[in-house]
Amino acid sequence: MEKLTLADLRKFRDQKRREIDRRDPANKDIQVIVAMGTCGIAAGAKATFGAILDEIEKRQLGSVLVRQVGCMGLCHSEPNVEVVVPGMPAVIYGKVDEALGRRIVQEHVIGKTLIDGAICDRPAVDIVQ
Amino acid sequence: MHATLCDYVADIVQNAVEAAADKVVLEIRTGREWIGVTIRDNGKGMSPAMLAAARDPFWTEPGKHAARRVGLGLPFLQQVVDTTGGRLDVATAVGEGTTVDFTFLADHWDTPPLGDIPSTVVGLMVFKGEFDLVLRREHAGRHYELSRSELTEALGDLAQADSLALARRYVRSQEAGLLDGPEGEELWKS
Repeated sequence: MEKLTLADLRKFRDQKRREIDRRDPANKDIQVIVAMGTCGIAAGAKATFGAILDEIEKRQLGSVLVRQVGCMGLCHSEPNVEVVVPGMPAVIYGKVDEALGRRIVQEHVIGKTLIDGAICDRPAVDIVQ
Repeated sequence: MHATLCDYVADIVQNAVEAAADKVVLEIRTGREWIGVTIRDNGKGMSPAMLAAARDPFWTEPGKHAARRVGLGLPFLQQVVDTTGGRLDVATAVGEGTTVDFTFLADHWDTPPLGDIPSTVVGLMVFKGEFDLVLRREHAGRHYELSRSELTEALGDLAQADSLALARRYVRSQEAGLLDGPEGEELWKS
């Protein structure tokens, strides 16, 4: 296996950007945010994060933004994932395992449908700014 | 308790980012007998009293979660170190940042598995904020180094999914370069 260099990365990036500009210009305002505080990590948020990134890659949604944050204040329902899609309410999903993470990409990000039974209330009042 | 050593690393690095550090250096050294991790940040640091409080599982930083009475980051790490014959040192001073240094016996029964370094590291790079994260990785005499700033320079905003996926491939290839033969190939495929 050949070790990649930063020059390889630049080359791949340029190729991908051209593809994305052609195919996927509408998704750049979509954000998927995984909570990664102590609570999230202990509940398996790293596996959730990996599954979401895999699914996004598989579905070729290269311009979606994927981020991590600390605790969202819903420690009882970790792993938490917030999804922001323009034109839809921003929601936080709870108990997001790898399978639900993939469903979020398929049904919410692509299908523009909220997933029933998996949405939490807004964060606890001591977290909301 | 967390499942893997990478989970503990992610937890402490998240603390460093939250402590307003603009530079975090993460060193992960693995070998046959020892696993060593050092996380050095230039964030706001802690007073001796605050460090003592941070070791208490029933304390969290005031103002962070007003009604919350638990903070398990350091206590989790202390617990796993204590039960596996490891060692944990925290050096910190107000205004000067914090260095967390810990060591595990590689072959202790209860030492958690190492976990997925590439996924962990790229995940840490998409925390919000202007900070640099440098990874220095060493395994059995081989090493590599990479940083959030150089990856951002090559790939643009790392939060964009295609950049993040490329960054993960890059770290995987670096990681595979540390290992001999099939072990490295396995890692590359995963």
